[in-house]
Amino acid sequence: MNIHEYQGKEILRSYGVAVPNGKVAYTVNEAVEAAEQLGSAVSVVKAQIHAGGRGKAGGVKVAKNIDEVGTYAEEILGKTLVTHQTGPEGKEVKRLLVEEGCDIQKEYYVGLVLDRATSCVTMMASEEGGTEIEEVAEKTPEKIFKEVIDPVTGLLPYQARRLAFHINIPAEYLSKAVKFMMGLYQVFVEKDCSIAEINPLVTTSDGNVLALDAKLNFDDNALFRQKDIVEYRDLEEEDEKEIEASKYDLSYIALDGNIGCMVNGAGLAMATMDIIKHYSGDPANFLDVGGGATAEKVTEAFKIILSDDNVKGIFVNIFGGIMKCDVIAEGVVQATKEVGLTIPLVVRLEGTNVDAGKKILADSGLNITPAESMADGAEKIVALVNEA
Amino acid sequence: MSVFVNKNTKVLVQGITGSTALFHTKQMIDYGTKIVGGVTPKKGGTEVEGVPVFNTVEEAVNETGANASVIYVPAPFAADAIMEAVDAELDLVICITEHIPVMDMGKVKRYMEGKKTRLVGPNCPGVITPEECKIGIMPGYIHKKGHIGVVSRSGTLTYEAVHQLSENGFGQSTAVGIGGDPVNGTDFIDTLKAFNEDPETEAVMMIGEIGGTAEEEAAEWVKANMTKPVVGFIGGATAPPGKRMGHAGAIISGGKGTAEEKIKTMNACGIQVAETPSVMGETLIKVLKDKELYDKCKTH
Repeated sequence: MNIHEYQGKEILRSYGVAVPNGKVAYTVNEAVEAAEQLGSAVSVVKAQIHAGGRGKAGGVKVAKNIDEVGTYAEEILGKTLVTHQTGPEGKEVKRLLVEEGCDIQKEYYVGLVLDRATSCVTMMASEEGGTEIEEVAEKTPEKIFKEVIDPVTGLLPYQARRLAFHINIPAEYLSKAVKFMMGLYQVFVEKDCSIAEINPLVTTSDGNVLALDAKLNFDDNALFRQKDIVEYRDLEEEDEKEIEASKYDLSYIALDGNIGCMVNGAGLAMATMDIIKHYSGDPANFLDVGGGATAEKVTEAFKIILSDDNVKGIFVNIFGGIMKCDVIAEGVVQATKEVGLTIPLVVRLEGTNVDAGKKILADSGLNITPAESMADGAEKIVALVNEA
Repeated sequence: MSVFVNKNTKVLVQGITGSTALFHTKQMIDYGTKIVGGVTPKKGGTEVEGVPVFNTVEEAVNETGANASVIYVPAPFAADAIMEAVDAELDLVICITEHIPVMDMGKVKRYMEGKKTRLVGPNCPGVITPEECKIGIMPGYIHKKGHIGVVSRSGTLTYEAVHQLSENGFGQSTAVGIGGDPVNGTDFIDTLKAFNEDPETEAVMMIGEIGGTAEEEAAEWVKANMTKPVVGFIGGATAPPGKRMGHAGAIISGGKGTAEEKIKTMNACGIQVAETPSVMGETLIKVLKDKELYDKCKTH
């Protein structure tokens, strides 16, 4: 789960991790009021969307006085920002963060992830702050320093010190930098983060070490014990169809193509997208109905697939194991009737109770094209969609 | 012979009184798996599916002599269940449960250091040695006894591969689902090593997917150590970056973990990679012919 920068900073602040003073604003008036209350000489007006690259897209402005805060707030609110992370359709700005400006000495990078290779949380730091860390990793990997953290001890002060020295944080900022890193680690483990990225971390002329930006992502699997994080969820930032799917415990990802897919199992669902592409088709989505699909779930899955106007045909690919093919077939028939399906539907069934499943489809009298294998099904749906 | 499980494996079911566990316990018993007991706290002393239930794993092991367990415990409690099984010194623990917080698995991995237990999973279909022992949730009937080892990060894609093999007359020694999570127990290399040492296994099919670098590392290991042919498939060649494709581990991030990169490394290490998921079986059969293993591996 993603949250906004201002929400991330709220969490950091509550753990004693230094961030600039700031306030969220939903209107121009609120933005101006926020700047007045902050009372700093310079304010920063920052678009709050769930995507990086806001600065380059014109979503971050430095205001030298209150009037400018108003002007920039007016300009950014309601604007659709297109960044390298939003996709070409961009994201509309509905919230702003108004923050006090600070006199930056130098920018650094500090991030935390769970490293798959070691199964441990790893802190990364670099002197090359403010730029894309992937770029730094690719071009100058020697400028990224890592500390692997033992879950028993947590981040140890010497590790934080070592990182600070490696990235050349001046000695007078050392204790604050260490405190910052220790606090950030605490947030990461206690809040079940999947990513915590501070880019840039800055040193200021008045002796502070601050998180100028904050990107916190959370492990969806741990949200059951992070009720306060769930409160931060902003549904407007998420794909409507993905929200709907999550209600029914369906794993759905919207894609750009025109062939809707319904599959059981994540691996098979990915492979189904691949094989459609192989036959020069274009999948409209990734959809895993999971192991315990019922007729109701199948119907919901169909509705979600069809709510995408680009969809010109549907390919159902099921390898029944625990899931029985006759149950899926019943669901497909019921869903087809209920939604009044008008576009081509190809169904491939294999596995448990496959014969009973195929019979249900054949006897339904509906216009369902059966397929003998994944390849056969993919070929058929691509042909049908191209004909239409 | 086979890897990890065989007809002598004595299995406990942790969380046996849950509905999913009950269903699969029956399936496993019907398949011929030796299910010797179950564990559900506060249900000790009862019996389900003709199997005695205990309050703790320790007690269950003492009473039944179990050497393996399979876990169906809900995600919030699953990490604890794994550690309880490790503490009871079982040889093998297979965790079917999905959606375990990754931070919990980090702790589990640390806890397991220096201990004897092998963990398979979590978020996996389990392990099956056809006609001997099925531990997990896979449909038993698609599997046939034979000489092909199968190892995979994905459940249904494993069924697809096994089905293609069985349909064409190539039985399997053991099929191991290592699971789709970023932090898991047994990995590709552990399983490949076991298959390499198993006299029954003549060739291996390795099914990976986008995300992480486990396939690349396994490929390097194959190149340096494996004496048996390995063929592969990577799911998710068309997945967009930054989107988690169902499995927590299946995500391309920071330009890493793409199918293209994995296939390139696998090819360079002598692993033939099936071009589409529907030719996994065909690709293996072609390699068996080239290596003159076709007749030896054709079981039915």
